[in-house]
Amino acid sequence: MGTHENPNVPQIGTANKKGQIITAPEEIFFTSERTQAFLTGSEVIKEAVKRSSVDFSVAYPITPQSEASSLVGELYADGYVGDYMRGESEFAVMGQCAGAAFGGARVFTTTAGPGTLRAFENFPMWAGARLPIQVVFTVRGVNSPLTIQPDTLEIAFMLETGMLLWHAEDAQDLFDFMMKGYIVAELPEVHLPIGVICDGFFVTHTKDVVNMTPENVALPHYNPYANPTPVMDMETAPIRHMRDPFIMKSNYISYMTHASWQLEVKAAMERSRKMTRKLLNGLIEVENPDAEILLVSSGTAVSQSREAIRLFRDKGVKVGLVKIKTIRPFPKEEIREATKNAKYIFVPEFNVAGWMAREIASVVERNERVIAGPHVAGGMTMPPEVIVEEVERTIARMNKK
Amino acid sequence: MKTRINVRMSGLGGQGVVTSAHILAMAASKENLFAISNPFFGAEKRMAPAEAYARIGPEKIYDRGELVFPDVVMVFHPQVITMGKSYTMPFFSGLKKNGIVIINDDIDLLSDAEKEGLANLNALVFYVPATKIAHEVAGTELATNMAMIGSLVGLTNVVSMNALDLALQDRFGKKYVASGGTATLDEAIKKKFAKKEMLLQKNLETIRQGFDRAVEFAKNAHYTPIMMA
Repeated sequence: MGTHENPNVPQIGTANKKGQIITAPEEIFFTSERTQAFLTGSEVIKEAVKRSSVDFSVAYPITPQSEASSLVGELYADGYVGDYMRGESEFAVMGQCAGAAFGGARVFTTTAGPGTLRAFENFPMWAGARLPIQVVFTVRGVNSPLTIQPDTLEIAFMLETGMLLWHAEDAQDLFDFMMKGYIVAELPEVHLPIGVICDGFFVTHTKDVVNMTPENVALPHYNPYANPTPVMDMETAPIRHMRDPFIMKSNYISYMTHASWQLEVKAAMERSRKMTRKLLNGLIEVENPDAEILLVSSGTAVSQSREAIRLFRDKGVKVGLVKIKTIRPFPKEEIREATKNAKYIFVPEFNVAGWMAREIASVVERNERVIAGPHVAGGMTMPPEVIVEEVERTIARMNKK
Repeated sequence: MKTRINVRMSGLGGQGVVTSAHILAMAASKENLFAISNPFFGAEKRMAPAEAYARIGPEKIYDRGELVFPDVVMVFHPQVITMGKSYTMPFFSGLKKNGIVIINDDIDLLSDAEKEGLANLNALVFYVPATKIAHEVAGTELATNMAMIGSLVGLTNVVSMNALDLALQDRFGKKYVASGGTATLDEAIKKKFAKKEMLLQKNLETIRQGFDRAVEFAKNAHYTPIMMA
């Protein structure tokens, strides 16, 4: 008996135990009346979880997500979340999330920076096990010297885990991406874990205006019977992989099985594009694509770029913008198309590595046009004035050559 | 006419710097202005530098993070100046021309070099004994931030007293979830006042004191408050 026909599970049109009406996702996202609120990103995480019919959540403190975790605890106390517990470390948290997801629960957790790396082994395991768990990564610095401030380097570690990775620019994105993320991640043809990323402090601790869906309306419950892999069946994959791991046998069948399983995860990621385009209104957002100079990035770097574009406009210089919403799957066709006429493709980033510039350079033609920078890291801010200055200086230097 | 007012608040952990920026931004939001506030601090502890930033204007604001080019710098604690407990050196680094500096004290704290730097920027420097006002009016130094907000509004008119009142009710009038340290301070201030209305009332009176002093100062200095476009 699937969740959608289980009489114990509230179905579309009926109320859950908190009186929220279970409503079709598209109705919630696109036609329900939104009300404006002025909230921090942490509060937005609570509000999105409240409306997402979450069965299970595990908490472990690490700045800058600790407030969000404790707010989810309040939701549990109020009866909006099925079950909630504290883990013993981030590694344990992610293992507990896996257990709950194997058991058929819709799972939510959140972590950041060093917590993400401590838990790391679990993420490719989740993807391989096809568990549609949602984690909000409130990214912060990961390297020594220690910092609690925002830095997007941790995303670079996540790129090849097989998880969907969506990067919210602001609190509004965070709210929408979290709810829509469950819908895409749980599609039978996708069924992968999703990391909804927001920049620590710049989003979590910043008060901003958010248009919220109604409080008394919630997403339909997760239907684990639509899982493309059987739930907790010891004889078939993915559990069979663990009971009887290929690591014990080295032969071409084990190699083939491993390779084909990874390819299937990759294919599932590809299949997420269709619904993601529909729900997020495209994998990228483009402004002035015919401009000679383009600023291309994700997260807070996009917000800072928007301000820089205003400063350029005041100077009479037209500068375009490409906002990347999904880092995985990477919108390569869209980026190629949006940047085809640009002379300079600048990639501002909140990390020293410049991984986003590498990602972009790997998909665009004539990639000498891709200029990594400006960069800030470890919690520094990126004033729009600095973006303008660096763009002007770099172009002047290039023209001199 | 200005299209953006950027306020940088520098103080020490526990002084309510973060709360000030949130209240100011909430008040601006009540006035149908666009506002963003965000704090920056290290691993939480009292007496360590803490900063918060409020950006307010009539058009949508994307800019966030540490405020590098402020119109107003608010110094919540003398140690910001005397011990360099700020995220920038000097504490007014990046202050825009004709900017404002509000300092919580009633004695001159500035070195000759700092005075010269501020004079070159044609900055308005306003000393307000915010902690003393907090003690006198609210009976607790925890209201220091209220006197500071009042002073800011007295010099800038960036929001109305009514909007501040509404923002205060939002922040202290209902259940609010904060991190450990802030929650402890919230409890301390709530215990201080028998009733929530009392707390709101005292806070508002403290704001009013800071506001009145700033208005009087502006009048004597022949200073016209910044007007928002």
